[in-house]
Amino acid sequence: MRNKLVYVLCLLAAGILCWQLYNILLNLPNEKDQGAIYRIVYFHVPAIFTGFMGFFVALGASGMYLATRNLKYDAFAAAVTEVSLTFATIVLATGMIWGRIIWGIWWTWDARLTTMLVCWLIYAGYLMLRRAIDEPTQRARLSAVVSIFGCTDILIVWKSIEWWRTQHPAPVLSVRDGGGMAPGMESPIYWNWLALMCLAAVLVMIRMRQENMAREIDSLRRMAHSY
Amino acid sequence: MPGDERALEIDRVSKYYGHFPALRDIQLKIAAGSTLALLGRNGAGKTTLLRILAGLSKPSEGTVRVGGADVRDEKTRRRIGVLGHGISLYDELSAAENLTIFAQLYGYADPRKRAAEWLERVGLERVRDGLVREFSRGMRQRLAVARAFLHDPEILLFDEPFTALDDRAIAVLQGLLSGAHSAGRTIIMSTHQLREALLLATHVALIQRGQLAYTGERTPEMLEDPGYLYRTYGDN
Amino acid sequence: MGTTSVGSFFGSFLRDTLAIAAKDLRSEFRTKEALNASFAFSVVILVLFSFAFDPSSEQLQTISGGLLWLVFSFAGALILNRSFARELQNDCLDALISSPAPAGALFLGKAVANFVLLMIVELASLGVFGIFYDSRFGAQLGSIALVIALGTWGITVIGTMFSALTVNLRMREMMLPTLVYPLLIPALMAAMTLTTDLMNGTPFGKDNTIWLRVLTGFDFIYSILAVVFIDVVLIG
Repeated sequence: MRNKLVYVLCLLAAGILCWQLYNILLNLPNEKDQGAIYRIVYFHVPAIFTGFMGFFVALGASGMYLATRNLKYDAFAAAVTEVSLTFATIVLATGMIWGRIIWGIWWTWDARLTTMLVCWLIYAGYLMLRRAIDEPTQRARLSAVVSIFGCTDILIVWKSIEWWRTQHPAPVLSVRDGGGMAPGMESPIYWNWLALMCLAAVLVMIRMRQENMAREIDSLRRMAHSY
Repeated sequence: MPGDERALEIDRVSKYYGHFPALRDIQLKIAAGSTLALLGRNGAGKTTLLRILAGLSKPSEGTVRVGGADVRDEKTRRRIGVLGHGISLYDELSAAENLTIFAQLYGYADPRKRAAEWLERVGLERVRDGLVREFSRGMRQRLAVARAFLHDPEILLFDEPFTALDDRAIAVLQGLLSGAHSAGRTIIMSTHQLREALLLATHVALIQRGQLAYTGERTPEMLEDPGYLYRTYGDN
Repeated sequence: MGTTSVGSFFGSFLRDTLAIAAKDLRSEFRTKEALNASFAFSVVILVLFSFAFDPSSEQLQTISGGLLWLVFSFAGALILNRSFARELQNDCLDALISSPAPAGALFLGKAVANFVLLMIVELASLGVFGIFYDSRFGAQLGSIALVIALGTWGITVIGTMFSALTVNLRMREMMLPTLVYPLLIPALMAAMTLTTDLMNGTPFGKDNTIWLRVLTGFDFIYSILAVVFIDVVLIG
C-alpha cells in the first residue's frame, strides 16, 4: 500500500513536471523585461514554498516527538528536514543563476536570499548534529530541541527582514499585494508547486523508511553486543 | 507500605535506547531501612537503573516513587543522596567551598556551618581551605562521601562504591554505611565486590539483560558462597 | 506534607541560581583560564583585522559594529564552550542534576555567570578596539552599553543552552559553533547595525529602533525557550 502510494505520487509529479516543462519551454512567450531566463522562477518559487514548509512541519513533528516520545515522529522530522535542505539548495542555486544573469552578480545580501541562507545553515546544523549522536533516543530528543530553536530563529529572521530594505523582486504572484503576472503565466507556478510537493512527499517517505530501518539495525547491534 | 515515606517503589520501569531495552519491566519495592545489593554483570542495566533512581534520567515507561511522590520531585531529591563513579567535586575549589555549594543547593539556611560539621566528621577540617586538586586520593574520597551524606539523606544510592578504594577507605565506607543502616536509612548499592556488599546487605536483587532475575532477602548461604546467585539465576 | 507557596518557590529558585552563578564565577576567577584565552583571542582578531582594513579610513566607520560583534562572538565561544563542559570532570554534572535545584536554575545560574564573564572580556576588548582603531564612543556610551548588554545576553542564552545540549557529545567543540552561530544571526545583525550607528553618532531613532525590538524580542523569546527546554536536554 505504502509502495503503491510512492509510485503514484512519483508518476503524478513526473507527469505534471513534464507537462509544465513543455508548457514553459514551448508555449509561453518570453517575459518582456527579463527575456528567457525568467522561466527559472517556475522552479525557484515552488521550491521556496516547499523548502520553507519543511521547517514548520519539522517543528510540529519535533513537538509531537517530545510530547509522545514515539520515534516515528523523529524519523519524520529528520526526513522532512533533509528533503527541505535539498529544496533550499535548489532555491539558492536557481536564485544565484537568475541573479547572475539579470543583476550580473552571483550573490547579494538582500532579505530573502539571506533568510534562505540562514535556513540552509540551520538545517545543515541539525543534520550534522544527528550524525554526531549514535543513540537513537538521545538523538531524537536533542535534535527535536534544535529543530524548535531553529524554527523560532527562522521566524525571527523572517520578521526582522520584512522590515529591512530589499533588493529582491517584489512579489510576483497575484495573491500578494503588488504582484500579478500575465494570465497563463502564473498557473505553471502552482502546477509545479503541486509537482514538487508530490516529489517532496515521495522523498520524505523513502527517507523515513531508511531512518526506521537504521534504528532497527542499531537496536539489533546493541543486542548482539550486549548478550 | 502505605504512608511510609522512605520506601522506594519501582513500578514497571523500562528504558529504551532506540528499540533496544536496557531495562525491561522492572518491578521492585524497597522497604525503608533495608540495604539492597544490586548485582549483575557489566551491561546488565545496574547503572541505568541507578541513574533513573537518582533522577538523572527518565524512564521510557513506568514510574519511580518515593512515598508516593515522583522521584524527580524537588522534595524527593532532597531525601536522596548519590555517590557515583566520579567524586562530584570541583578541583579548583576548596573542600569547604565544595561542601558549602551543595549545602546551599540542598536548602540549608547556614550552609557554611553544615559544611564545617561534615568536614570535621570526615577528618578534613585541617585542610578545609585546600583545593581539591591538591588532595590525595583518599582525601578526595572522604570528601566525596561527605558530600553524599551532607544533607542527611534517607535514601542512599551508590554505584560501585568499593571500586578503586584502598583498604582503609573501604573500612571507612563500610563504617559509614553500617552506621547509616543502623540509623534506619535505606541504601541501594550496585556492586561487583560481592563480599563487602553482601556483608552489609539485607536484600539482594539480580539484574540480568535488563530484567530482574531474582529479588529477595540476603541469606547466610549467599554470604558463604557469593557466586551462588549468579550460578542459580544468571546465565552461564 | 504542605505545598510550597509560589513565593518560596521563586525564592529558592533565585537562591539556587545565584549559588550556581557564584560557583562558576569563583571557579573561573581562580584559574582565569577561559578569561585569558578569550581576551587573548579577541586581541589577536583585532590585530589581524587591522591588517585587513586600514584603521583610519571611513571604511572603518561602516564596519566598526560588525567587527566588534565578530570579536565578541568568536571570543565568547571559548567561554561558552566551557560552561557545561567544566561539570564533566569528576562527574559534577550528575551531582548538580540530582540535587533539588531545578534544571532551570542550573541553566540560569550558568547563563548569568557566562554573561558576567563575556561582559568582562567585551569591555576589555572595547578598550583595545578604541586604542587600535582610534574610536571615540563617549557620546552614546549609555546606548552602546545597552546594546552590548542585550546582544551579549542573546549570545549567552543560546551559547549556554547549546553548551548543555552538546555536553555529552564526542564532537562537542565542533558542534557548538556549528549550531550556535546560525541561530545568532538575527541577534548579531541587530547588534551590529545598532552598534555601527551608535558609534558613528546616530542615536536611537526611527530607523534603528526596529533592530532594538528584534534584539529584545530575540532575548526574551530564547530566554523562555531555554528555561522551558533545559530539562529535556539535561535529563530526558
